[in-house]
Amino acid sequence: MDRFAHRRGKLVPLPSDALVPERDINSSPILEARHLGIEFGGLKAVDDFNLTIGRTEIAGLIGPNGAGKTTVFNLLTKVYQPTKGTVLIDGIDTHGMNTVQVSKIGVARTFQNIRLFSNLTVEENVKLGMHNQIKYGMFSGILRAPNYWKEEKRAHEKAMELLQIFDMENLANHKAGSLPYGAQRRLEIVRALGTNPGLLLLDEPAAGMNPSETAELMENILKIRDTFKIAIMLIEHDMNLVMGICEGICVLNFGKVIAKGSPEDIQSNPVVIEAYLGKKKEG
Amino acid sequence: MKKFNLKKTTKVDFATYLGVIVTFIVLFVMQNGGMLSYSMSGMLVPICCFIVMAVSLNLTVGILGELSLGHAGFVSVGAFSGIIASQSLIGVIESASLRLAIALVAGAIFAAIAGVLVGIPVLRLRGDYLAIVTLAFGEIIKDLINCLLVGIDSKGLHVLFNAKGLLTVEDLHLEEGGRVIIKGAQGATGIQTISTFTAGFILIMITLVVVLNLTRSRSGRAIMALRDNRIAAESVGINVTKYKLMAFVTSAALAGAAGALYGLNFSAVISSTFNFNISIEILLMVVFGGLGNIWGSVIAAAVIRLLPELLREFNDYRMLFYAIILILVMIATNNPTFKNMLGKLIPKKKGAEIDG
Ligand SMILES: Nc1ncnc2c1ncn2[C@@H]1O[C@H](COP(=O)(O)OP(=O)(O)O)[C@@H](O)[C@H]1O
Ligand SMILES: [Mg+2]
Repeated sequence: MDRFAHRRGKLVPLPSDALVPERDINSSPILEARHLGIEFGGLKAVDDFNLTIGRTEIAGLIGPNGAGKTTVFNLLTKVYQPTKGTVLIDGIDTHGMNTVQVSKIGVARTFQNIRLFSNLTVEENVKLGMHNQIKYGMFSGILRAPNYWKEEKRAHEKAMELLQIFDMENLANHKAGSLPYGAQRRLEIVRALGTNPGLLLLDEPAAGMNPSETAELMENILKIRDTFKIAIMLIEHDMNLVMGICEGICVLNFGKVIAKGSPEDIQSNPVVIEAYLGKKKEG
Repeated sequence: MKKFNLKKTTKVDFATYLGVIVTFIVLFVMQNGGMLSYSMSGMLVPICCFIVMAVSLNLTVGILGELSLGHAGFVSVGAFSGIIASQSLIGVIESASLRLAIALVAGAIFAAIAGVLVGIPVLRLRGDYLAIVTLAFGEIIKDLINCLLVGIDSKGLHVLFNAKGLLTVEDLHLEEGGRVIIKGAQGATGIQTISTFTAGFILIMITLVVVLNLTRSRSGRAIMALRDNRIAAESVGINVTKYKLMAFVTSAALAGAAGALYGLNFSAVISSTFNFNISIEILLMVVFGGLGNIWGSVIAAAVIRLLPELLREFNDYRMLFYAIILILVMIATNNPTFKNMLGKLIPKKKGAEIDG
């Protein structure tokens, strides 16, 4: 995991005390979650969740199964409306927004249980990610007006360019549902990138991948961050991946943040070791 | 590098258009040469109408993935508004083809309005409410049209809503020389039958262009994305209600145009012509042709409409045969073993496999 050390930024405090990588200190954070919480029939699935993510940071969200990690993603993307707290995306208060509106202000995600448009082709999936970037309406589409051809051509080129990140251009005309598992996970990332996000949320991107696929994924996550200059927050159980590429890590247990900090801090934090890493080793 | 290698979907669309055009030319020539039986000739326009109904319903059921059980309701709205439009323009517009075109547009517009009225409240809900609401819509439209009294004279259109059943045509107070267009439960009578096979062909082509081009465009992709995974569609910023409504209303409008063409093919039409059985028959065509498969709907519509006719020789048993054939086709098209056998008959292209 040391391989990546030189590519990880050092965490420094913002005036608000939140930690962000040094290079992001002079730009406003992409995400600020304050006192975020949700209850499901009395169960506090997420409680008093505070997190700030720098504009080009790779952040990790870890914790045992059922800790509330996916729920945090669902709160940030408004799949669930939080019962408490605020989420600022790029400084914009997302109070009252829905999933579609949050997507339009730059939050994209992948899903723990893959959710592709499985009867559509790989290229169509990516173009659907680009839906709000493609500018022509229903009638231009039906009549195949000049802007249909122009925009579809541009969309095709952009889609191919995005697929190239994962070397998937040759799969463009395959049905998404027919791809092997790993390729489906990669396609979800490409589709999310199609929305031109400022913050990319990856829910267990390496799940089901073999070690060499995971290593490749780590390189590609770094490449995505460096090329698009965006923030990435990922949930992952693969500690090599998390410790290797994440700059700031947030540990969740029973819906509460139990630790935050750099990979080094987290690895040596006794609370974390007890709650998470220790258990993991036994299992 | 593969620039001239047309996409598979483009090829399929092209073949669909070509098939329809060739079939039309052949039948047109046969009809004009007197080679078609009287009953066959009479079936051409209705078959065109049913093809349009099936393709349009496929947009809702196969492409959007929502079940509709009241497609005949939209057909009915289109039929009666088309009849009113055409009948009231007699003497105003001489050209029958122009009147027919206006009637089809009127049918499409009124059916689209009905589609918006049904769709807006229902499509906002999550869950399978559309089936039950469209079912009710189909029945309600029938009753509404049964209460309608419409006539025309030099002062314009006279419309009465005979909710209590106490009114008669006399209450329209038409001038001397005025014409009654719709007589309540007796339906529309004295219709000038201006529908033609050529108009049916043109309507099929327009329907195919609308549905096929839509599915290959940004909006159509969004509609199919909703079908495949609504949560993922929302996560990439697709407005669920907007695209559901777009598919549903387009589907209703096309059904309305088909209804107008159907209505203007007969001298008298009653509202129960477009009953629940017709909705189910259209749905059957979509299911047989394959969900989302447009050329499948075209063929299924033609076959299902022709079957009873072709089985006429068996007279009393023909409905029995009809049912048996339908059941066999259903088993065959949905049976995985059978599908596998079919799949093996068609050689796989090299390079179709993906290495993991
Ligand atoms: N829609 C829901 N209704 C009720 N409980 C839920 C819902 N979504 C999540 N939970 C509960 O919230 C807790 C956290 O779940 P989750 O966020 O999926 O955990 P993980 O950290 O493994 O991603 C679990 O106890 C789960 O059962
Ligand atoms: Mg989870």
